[in-house]
Amino acid sequence: MARAKVNQNKNLETYRDIWIIVEQREGKIHPVTTELIGEGRRLADLSGKKLYAVAAGYGIEEELEKLLRYEIDQILYIRHPLLETFSTDGYVKAIAGLIEKLKPEIVLSGATSIGRDITPRIAARVGTGLTADCTKLDIDETDGKLLMTRPAFGGNLMATIVCPNNRPQMSTVRPGVMERARVREHAYGKLVEVNPDLCADDIRVRFRETIRREKKAVNLTEAKVIVSGGRGVKGEEGFRLIRSLADALRGEVGASRAAVEAGFIDSGHQVGQTGTTVRPELYVACGISGAIQHLAGMEESKCIVAINKDPNAPIFKACDYGIVGDLNEVIPALIEEIKSREADGV
Amino acid sequence: MKIAVFVKQVPDTNEVRINQETGTLIRDGVPSIINPDDKNALEAALRLKETCGGTVTVISMGPPQAAGALKEALAMGAEEAYLVSDRAFGGSDTWATATILAAAAEKTGPYDVIMCGRQAIDGDTAQVGPEIAEFLDIPQVTYVKEIRPAEDGFEVIRYTETGDYSFNVAPPVLFTAVKELNNPRYPGVKDILRCFDGEEVIRILTLQDLPVDITQIGIKGSPTNVYRSFVPVKEKKTQMLAGTDVKATAAQLADRLHEQKLL
Repeated sequence: MARAKVNQNKNLETYRDIWIIVEQREGKIHPVTTELIGEGRRLADLSGKKLYAVAAGYGIEEELEKLLRYEIDQILYIRHPLLETFSTDGYVKAIAGLIEKLKPEIVLSGATSIGRDITPRIAARVGTGLTADCTKLDIDETDGKLLMTRPAFGGNLMATIVCPNNRPQMSTVRPGVMERARVREHAYGKLVEVNPDLCADDIRVRFRETIRREKKAVNLTEAKVIVSGGRGVKGEEGFRLIRSLADALRGEVGASRAAVEAGFIDSGHQVGQTGTTVRPELYVACGISGAIQHLAGMEESKCIVAINKDPNAPIFKACDYGIVGDLNEVIPALIEEIKSREADGV
Repeated sequence: MKIAVFVKQVPDTNEVRINQETGTLIRDGVPSIINPDDKNALEAALRLKETCGGTVTVISMGPPQAAGALKEALAMGAEEAYLVSDRAFGGSDTWATATILAAAAEKTGPYDVIMCGRQAIDGDTAQVGPEIAEFLDIPQVTYVKEIRPAEDGFEVIRYTETGDYSFNVAPPVLFTAVKELNNPRYPGVKDILRCFDGEEVIRILTLQDLPVDITQIGIKGSPTNVYRSFVPVKEKKTQMLAGTDVKATAAQLADRLHEQKLL
């Protein structure tokens, strides 16, 4: 296979339209898709372009038709039996092939574990750049190029990236950040089927099965209340206290990267730049110093409470209410306070 | 089995702070570490070697001081180490970096297995692994949390947010590791002394050693570039709560949360 190259003075004007890649898992549309449509629509309206949603799969017609309620000009459905289960090889070949044929100017996909698997390979195959995990997108007023903003250095820095000389301009978009698309009363665009050039030998990694999680997965993104522990929690034992407060507040348990790396708790609980981005109503940070990489994942929370022994901890610059004290004393007192108020019916 | 591991030396972003007055990063005194996911990749490579036989080669791109990461990898048990270093490589984005690293793999390989970390904590892109696999035209499995040698290759389990996937794949293949894959070993004191006393050789690969197209690397060969960067502004009016004792402080907090209908 000939390796693609960049900076080959392609005729950039021949590239038009905005594409979003529909993410589906076993035929179910992933929620990041409607966020991509919302953002794609906004960019399309700003720049006077058309918005296409591109889906690879098999037997997902009905699910895709539901997407027609959003403001998409057209859905391109790359349909093939070999796309029924996930494979990097199959999805990359199908989507990259269509990009080369139809030449979109902008391609957005979700920065999920699947989007971040296939999108770099698609970009590498079609010979263009890719900006990872963007939290803000815009169109440059002067020349119409896509401005892709993303956190770097664990959220310490924000960088706006451009891809000036290659097309399409591609970006993966962080889930949970962009506003979801609006539903319209009537179907908007139409669904068009596309047949990819695929054969069984293209797929070198053989899918066996999906393994359901036995344990109830931690659902940090949907939680209204999160109580998180950091290095200051000191161990697994300490996290039991964090759990008790979370239970009293009917919330989930979160953790800083330091706590996860120290082995206090499973990484599914990790909040921050390298973990999950959350924006609950209430976020209680216990024994968390407030490294920017952590703050990047929770600073959008509506109300932030910090409990820390160190009065100079940076977390106290990022919270609404701060308590300087030993969490092993403050948390039990707080739990007792909450319980007695509930008993009094306050 | 010939195994390559790509590692990156990164500043420990847990320790990076901001100068509030100038709004710039304070990098002085921030320790450099092997990128955490890359350490899981290295550990997986060492375990594969221990079960199936073979050699582990570690490769890192970076300035001369990145040799420190390679020495640590040798102390953990890798057989050989290459530092890919040249001024011409500076400013490379993920495309250009993957172009250079794929060339390094072609030059020092071929390899049956290439291991990378899922992503680096300074850039957080997770793009270089898949791009290397594409440039080498080999299959990939990313977010790998389990690898078992099987009859004709490997059985692997990869993480997804909605349930893990299991796959079968035959070499050559590139895997990217997540931290659930294993717990990286600590090198022994003897091994550390051996590797850091200069007995172990780090080989250097420069531009002229590698089969790369100069138009595809460095700042000029990178399709993406930084338009501007800025420090995110964070302004919060913090209210510190302190009562006469812990109970009183807890009551103050409960009052505030109650006012905001959070209790």
